[in-house]
Amino acid sequence: MTAPEEIRQSPFNVTLRRLMHHRLFLLGLGLVSIVAIAALLAPWIAPVDPNKLAMRFKFRPPDGDFIFGTDNFGRSLWSRVIWGARLSMFIGSAVVLINAVCGTAIGAAAGYFRRLDNILMRFNDALMAFPAVLLAIAVTAVLGPSVNDVIIALGIVYTPRTARIVRSSVIVLREMEYVQAAVAAGAGHWRILRRHILPNAMAPLIVQLSFLFAYAVLTEATLSFLGVGAVPPTPTWGNIMAEGRQYMIDAPWIIAIPGVALMITVLGLNLLGDGLRDVLDPRLRIQS
Amino acid sequence: MSLLEVRNLTTAFQTGRGEITAVEDVSFDLNEGEILGIVGESGSGKSVTALTIMGLLPRPPARVATGSVHFAGENLTNLSDSRMQHIRGPGIAMVFQEPMTSLNPVFTIGDQIMETIAAHERLPQRALFARAVEMLEKVGIASAATRMADYPHQLSGGQRQRVMLAIALVCRPKLLIADEPTTALDVTIQAQILDLLLDLRDEFGMAIMLITHNMGVIAETADRVIVMYAGRIVEEAPVATLFDSPRHPYTRGLLECVPSLITERDRLIAIPGTLPEPIRRPPGCRFAPRCRFAQPDCAAGIPPLLRLAPGHTAACIHIPEQ
Repeated sequence: MTAPEEIRQSPFNVTLRRLMHHRLFLLGLGLVSIVAIAALLAPWIAPVDPNKLAMRFKFRPPDGDFIFGTDNFGRSLWSRVIWGARLSMFIGSAVVLINAVCGTAIGAAAGYFRRLDNILMRFNDALMAFPAVLLAIAVTAVLGPSVNDVIIALGIVYTPRTARIVRSSVIVLREMEYVQAAVAAGAGHWRILRRHILPNAMAPLIVQLSFLFAYAVLTEATLSFLGVGAVPPTPTWGNIMAEGRQYMIDAPWIIAIPGVALMITVLGLNLLGDGLRDVLDPRLRIQS
Repeated sequence: MSLLEVRNLTTAFQTGRGEITAVEDVSFDLNEGEILGIVGESGSGKSVTALTIMGLLPRPPARVATGSVHFAGENLTNLSDSRMQHIRGPGIAMVFQEPMTSLNPVFTIGDQIMETIAAHERLPQRALFARAVEMLEKVGIASAATRMADYPHQLSGGQRQRVMLAIALVCRPKLLIADEPTTALDVTIQAQILDLLLDLRDEFGMAIMLITHNMGVIAETADRVIVMYAGRIVEEAPVATLFDSPRHPYTRGLLECVPSLITERDRLIAIPGTLPEPIRRPPGCRFAPRCRFAQPDCAAGIPPLLRLAPGHTAACIHIPEQ
């Protein structure tokens, strides 16, 4: 129910206040913030070059000198994991940005202009028919294994999903009476899309993008673990885990620490997304 | 020349069961400053007529099969999209039945009124705001300047319909199409909105096409009335004539359904049966199966509109005998 004091507030403020009372959202926000802050502050909190070899320190378990220990080349895992967070966050944000722009454009065009719908959506379906990781591998195989190419690959893989969500919102909104009223008042297509349809389609899009961030981080880690992402020695979580896999018995921290970092990030993002969904799109909430 | 001239308009829809005509051979005029009432049951083609004039029907499935709509000398049925956009708003504006869903929930009402002006005129923000406040005052929203920042959910149904009127009238249209503007409102609010419509007509001098199924609304506001049945016009008359001496059996039936305090009746006389489905319309007069005066020859052909008096026409071949 709408509390009386919410009546005179803008929808943005109402949403913000409800989010601030959602415990799991706050937990997710906290977890993601930890990772994001670590990523942002990487040059200061992890000043040791993540690729600096120091063979005499190899396989040092976590202790006072090396917070997260060292790997088989004596590189500081603290530095590698923090700089890995920086990469994961960068790739995740870039993929979300690509999706927000391309997915919205494609979805809005398909949903609003009936003629484009079939062409765009069948192409979309074809892309979605591939398993995400396989398609990403195929794209990186063509483009090459660098961070930018991974971003493009993940953008291509996930854009159809975003486009689909936006399209279905737009199809519903297109038939709303206030859209017809806007047409009757002489508004053009662009104005109607920009002012009347897209702002109302934002809620499910934001929810989708928060989950997509988690998928992007996870898939990027999978790609580098499989050796088709950013080339080693680039410190990505997937690369660190791939290298640590051989020493899992003797030096379990090498694989465990980036694994936990990945888990915290994805869990945080999912909790964040759940919270956003509960608040922005209450119809989707699972009845408890 | 009238402001709006509709001639032999037929609007057809492509459906899974073939093409159906929702509006058939409809002709009427509307002069500046005049209020034309269009009455009929749900499905009689009133709204489709309005939407055809506005060019708001999706094509396909809809198409204008025959006829023309001339507004201020321009034929609207074959105008380009961009030209039509300029007519909607400053030329013809429309208010819809459902004030609860006709406003965009994510913007303030002020935004929505200013948005409409901005779609047609380039004005600085301050002038937009002033125009919007002025319009809100005209439609009777108290302390308009502060209400500009309200969201639609903060307004009552009557207030929302006033805002809808403000949005429709802010570009000073020459013709306002009001599609059941009071149906969703409380009775007391209905009277207020109708009074407001009359006041605004006097102030702006626009013509109004008032679509309703409520004979009371027609009696209070319209100058002239068109009665529609199953897609066709069955009677047209000045409002006083229509209420004093309705000639088509359907119009008479509609008037007998209205409760009256003056003449005492034990029961209201309902018209038996329901409107025929467009796909299964009877041959000849479409009202014949429900008409208590029906004769065998009623099924012979679609009755033409007969001129009974200046400005009074009806489509029934047995009028002289009734």
